[in-house]
Order: sequence, then structure tokens, then C-alpha cells
Amino acid sequence: MVDSSVVLNGQTIAYTLYVIAILLLMTWFGYQITRGSKESFIKPALFYSFVSFLVVLGVSLHLITHATIPWKPIDLNRESIKADKVFEISIKDHQFILPADTLKISTGDLAQFKVSSDDLTYGFGLFRQDNSMVFQMQVIPGHINDVMWKFDKPEVLTIRSTEYSGWKSDKMVLKDVVVVN
Amino acid sequence: MIMSFIKTFMDGEQGLFKHKTLTPMQKLVLRFVVVGLVYYLFAVVEGMIMRLHLASPGVMMDDKQYFAIMTAHPLVGIFGSSYSIVFGAFLFLVPFLMKKPLWSFKLANWTLWLIAIGTFVFWFAGFLSHYSPLYTLYWPLPADFTQFSVWGGTFFILGIALVMVGTLFFVLNIFKTIAYNPAGHQKQPKGVLISALGFKRLKNADGTHYVSTPVAAIARGTVDTMLNAGIITFTGVLILVYMIAALLGYDLKHSAVDALLYKNWFWWGLDLIADGLVLIFVAGTWYLLATLITGKKIFMEKWARAALLVEMIVSWFVWSHHLMSDQAQPAFLKIFSGEMLTAFELITQGLAFFITLATLWQARPLKMSNPLKFLLGGLLGFALAVPAGIMQADLGLNRILHNTQWIVGPHVHVAILVGLTMTLYSAIYFLFPILTNGAKLYSQKLANFHFWAHLLGGIGMGAFMGMAGLKGMLRRTVYHNGEFDLYMIFAALAGSLLLLSFLAFFYNIVMSVGLNGVLGIFSPSKLDKDKLLPEEK
Repeated sequence: MVDSSVVLNGQTIAYTLYVIAILLLMTWFGYQITRGSKESFIKPALFYSFVSFLVVLGVSLHLITHATIPWKPIDLNRESIKADKVFEISIKDHQFILPADTLKISTGDLAQFKVSSDDLTYGFGLFRQDNSMVFQMQVIPGHINDVMWKFDKPEVLTIRSTEYSGWKSDKMVLKDVVVVN
Repeated sequence: MIMSFIKTFMDGEQGLFKHKTLTPMQKLVLRFVVVGLVYYLFAVVEGMIMRLHLASPGVMMDDKQYFAIMTAHPLVGIFGSSYSIVFGAFLFLVPFLMKKPLWSFKLANWTLWLIAIGTFVFWFAGFLSHYSPLYTLYWPLPADFTQFSVWGGTFFILGIALVMVGTLFFVLNIFKTIAYNPAGHQKQPKGVLISALGFKRLKNADGTHYVSTPVAAIARGTVDTMLNAGIITFTGVLILVYMIAALLGYDLKHSAVDALLYKNWFWWGLDLIADGLVLIFVAGTWYLLATLITGKKIFMEKWARAALLVEMIVSWFVWSHHLMSDQAQPAFLKIFSGEMLTAFELITQGLAFFITLATLWQARPLKMSNPLKFLLGGLLGFALAVPAGIMQADLGLNRILHNTQWIVGPHVHVAILVGLTMTLYSAIYFLFPILTNGAKLYSQKLANFHFWAHLLGGIGMGAFMGMAGLKGMLRRTVYHNGEFDLYMIFAALAGSLLLLSFLAFFYNIVMSVGLNGVLGIFSPSKLDKDKLLPEEK
């Protein structure tokens, strides 16, 4: 499965290029509107082309990500997919309660994390050694909160609450408790 | 030289600002602006304090205080500052553009003071008690009295309630001003308000719309303002029930309220600000400023009006993009509301962007005035922030972006600080001579510094927050082990530019109208309340 860091790198490149393009466009526009003496007419065709471009862009973005980001279809179809490993985790009083001290996953496994909250709204995320995020989800009390993820390479991950639940939420970090062998 | 400085400081640039010549309506709008700018200063200083805490946690304050500031900061910025400036401007512009008096001057005054006092009440309650459930108020955090003071929370919610009452008064005033027939004025045709909302065509004999496009935008944005105020008030009452019960010694069960249902209705209402009224009001303001700057008609006006209507309707159905990481949220809502309908905002806001640029282009050559340069800054802000928002409103990308600094940096802060605020500054610079009866700006150099420092500070801060977010840094989280210090130091440096730019602007305005002028704005006017300008210019 494509690693989430690869997707983030791709997004960084795409958005940076867009930012550079729009900055150049606005700089050029700001310069040009102070110049020119004759009537500047804009053809409606340009407008309609721009509208069509936006429609295509808006629709295609989600179709492209559905086809290229592997965890998106897994997420949408997770009820019909059988996980290789299931971890049931609960949270109470700003404490994660894990089924074992270390959650062990084999490389290539599809793991499901079912997280419940007994009190507040929390978050649940896995983070790499360099603090970058693997994935996250919200944990709503009174509901089933589950996420499925395929682990393709050996790594040691940290669990962290990704939602604010009062000032104690910063302490909700379990370092190096997920081990992918 | 010192005497000259003191004279300018007291009486304004060349003594041109005479507050006694102002009509009550002019004074009212200027009071809204002053209140809005003072609260903007609150928000900027709070923002700067938070930036310093993130760059160097624990030096200035503890985390409790940090999160109390984080709770107040967006609410002061949106309600205390943006609402004040926008409401003040629109309470003037709707009667100005429709050539009739405001429906109720008294109600407009109530709006001003309810927002000013309400903002201070919730800010002060948070400051004293450290009540900090953040603006998201995820259930049951706002009613968690093991963490927060029930008294602090009660006053906090009461402050918000005052702001909401003032907001509903504004809504009533705008709708009535559009709809009513004042004595002594030509009778309006029937259905003006319905036409303003986009559900009826009402045209003048020359084929132009009876309700101008900027007024139509204000009317449509005001619908979202009303719906939002209703939801926030309803949620506030629910939280107050828990607070009053706690004060009386009863412990109501939190599970009586479904946390997911609550999150849906609250985000439905809250999103009407971010994805409703802000986008609609901003688009309307762009159109108005473009026509005022160029003296020309809006390019493809019928499309502009249609986009405003689509934007209003779309804004009622896109809330689910805030719940894409909530696994209990139905997949249908995530895809249809969260992804597909949200993508419409790329189209509607893209149209507004193109139409405004085209309107300006067709009038070139234009002088690069302060309103024009800030308008271009505002357009750039949304051109950067809206695509960032569309990206995070994707099920695949949201899984790795939600609640990171990416959301609050390149999307939220760039939209608000660069997009919205620069649009508001454009309007302020344009309206300044009109509302002050010809006062002169003290320093163009300061105005230039204001522009560049604000633009670079806003984009720079958003960029460094975004970089940290892509590296995994969460929002609403303090990192005590220096994980993201470098990004936060650069974000703080960019933030300091924002503070400096505002101080330059504030100083420039005070020196333009003088201290006596600022104080004079708050003295009563003896002129006719029904007159917008001294001689109906």
C-alpha cells in the first residue's frame, strides 16, 4: 500500500506549485491593470472555459484520490473486509486502555482499531518516529469508532490523541506501543 | 515639530476630520469599526501570545491558560471583530444602496453594544476562569465540570448569548430595511426581499435588477447569519441547562445527548459562518468594491447573482466535511455532503474570483489605490485558502490532514487573515473618506507598510503552519519536546509582521482623525438619524 508520507509529499509538491502559479498570476495581474489604455474586453468564452475547468477539477479530484489513495476504498468498504488483526482500545479519563502493553502487527497485515470512549470526544492517531502522522480518526463517546489500515513495512509507532479534550489531552501519548515486524 | 505632532495626534491630519459634521449613521458605523478594530487587536495579540507559547512552551504561561486563550481567540476575532466591522458596514450600505433610511437606528445601536459587551463578557470569563472547551464545543466537553469552572462557563455562554441576540437584531434590521416602505419615499414593488434572496426576478424599467447585486449578497449571507445564530443559541441553551443544573447540585447525564448528533447539528450551524456567510458576504463585497473602484458594471452579472444563490443553498449542505474523520458518520454524508457538495464551493468562489478580476481588467488602466491593492490581497487569500480546503475535504486526504496545522494554517488563517481581513481593509480604506466627510489619510507610507506586512505575515504564517502540519504537527496540541520548534519560530516571526502591520494601520487611522476625533465618534450627533450622509452625497 502507498505510504501516507508519499501522499503527503505529493500533496506538498502539488500545492506548492499551485501557490507559486497563483502568486505569479496575481503579481502579473496587479502590474497589468495599472497599464494599457485601450478598452480591455474579456470574451465570455474565457469565462465559460474557466467554469468548465473548475467543474472538471472539483469532480475529478475525488475520483483521482479514490483511485490512487488505497486507504480510501478500504475505509468506505471496511464493514465487508476481514481484518488480519483487530485491536479493541478504550479511553477514559484521558487514558488509553490497550489490550496489551505492545500492539504487534506483522508486515502486510490489515489491522483494525476499534476505539471507544467512556466520557469525552477524543482522537486516535498513529505517528512515526519522526512525528509524522500515519493516520487518525475521531473517537466519539457512545459510538463505534473504527479504522482499518494496512502496514507494509516494519516500524515502531506512537499512539496519540488527535482531538482536544481539555488541557490534559496533550498528555495522551503512548510512545512506541505499536510495533510492526 | 513636537507641537506639530501633538496637534496632529489630537486633531487629526490637517484638522480635516470634524466629528460634529457626522450624521448619527456615520457615527454608528464608525463606532462599529472602532469596536471591531479594538477586538481585532485583542485577537492579534492573543494570536501572538499563542505563537510564542508554541515556539517556546511553558516560558510565558501554562497550558491551561494557553487553551483558554485558544478558546477566546477565534470567537473574539469572528464575533468581536469581523461581525462588528461587517455588520456596521452593511447597516450603512444596505440603506445607502437602496436610497432609503435604515429601518431601525435604535436596533442597530443595540446590535453594536450587545456584540461589544457580549464579546467582553465571554473573553473576560475565559480569562478569569480558564474555561476552554474551544469554539468546537465537542460534547460533552463544555459541560465537563471536572475540568472547567461551572461559573466561568456560565458567564462565557451568557456572553456568547448576548452576541447572538445582537446578531439576530442585525438580521431583523437588514431584512426589514430591504422590505419596508419608508414614509416620504417612492413605494417599492412587492416581493423585494424575496427578489433579494434570489427567488423572484424584479427588474427596473431599464432592465437592471431592482435589488443590486451587493444588496442581494448581503441578504443571502444574512440568511446564513440567522441560521447560524439560531444553532449557536440553541446549543448554548442546552449547555446552560447542564450548567444551571450543576449550580443547583444536580449532575445531569452527559449521555442524554448523543455526541455525534450534537456534532452534526453544531457543525451544520457553525459551518454556515465559514462556508456560508463569509463566502457570500466576501463575494458581494468584492463585486461592490470592483464596481466602486472601476465605475463599471459587474462582468457577467447574472452569473454572479446565480453563484450567490447557489452558494447560499450549497452552504446548507456541506457541514459533513468537518466530520470526515468521524467513523460513525454515515458514508453517504461524507461523500455527498463532505466531498461532492463541498467541491461546489471551488466553483462558486472561483466564479466570484474570476468575475471580480474581469471587472477590474475591463476598466484598466487603474490607479493602484489602497482599496484596490487590499482587494487584490483579499482575492489572493481566498485563491490560496479555498483549494487548500477542498483538498482536506477529501476522504483520503482528510485521514492524514484532519486536526493538523495544515487545516488551521493554509486554510483557516489564510482565508481569514489574508482573504477576509484584506477584503475588509479594502472596504475600510474605500469608505474612510466617505464616512469621515473627507478626512485625509495621515501617511501613505504607513498604508503601504500595512499592506505588505499584512500580506507577507498572513501568507508566511499560514505557510509555516502548513509545513508543520504536513510533517504531522497537530493543531490544539502543545509539543513540549521541541518537535516542531523551528516551524513555530518562523510562524511566530511571520505573526509578528501581522501585529506590526496592524499597529501601523491603527496609528495611521488615529493620526488621521486625531484623538479628539476618535472620542468624538462616541458623542451624540445632533443631525437627522434618517440621513446617511450630511447632504445625501
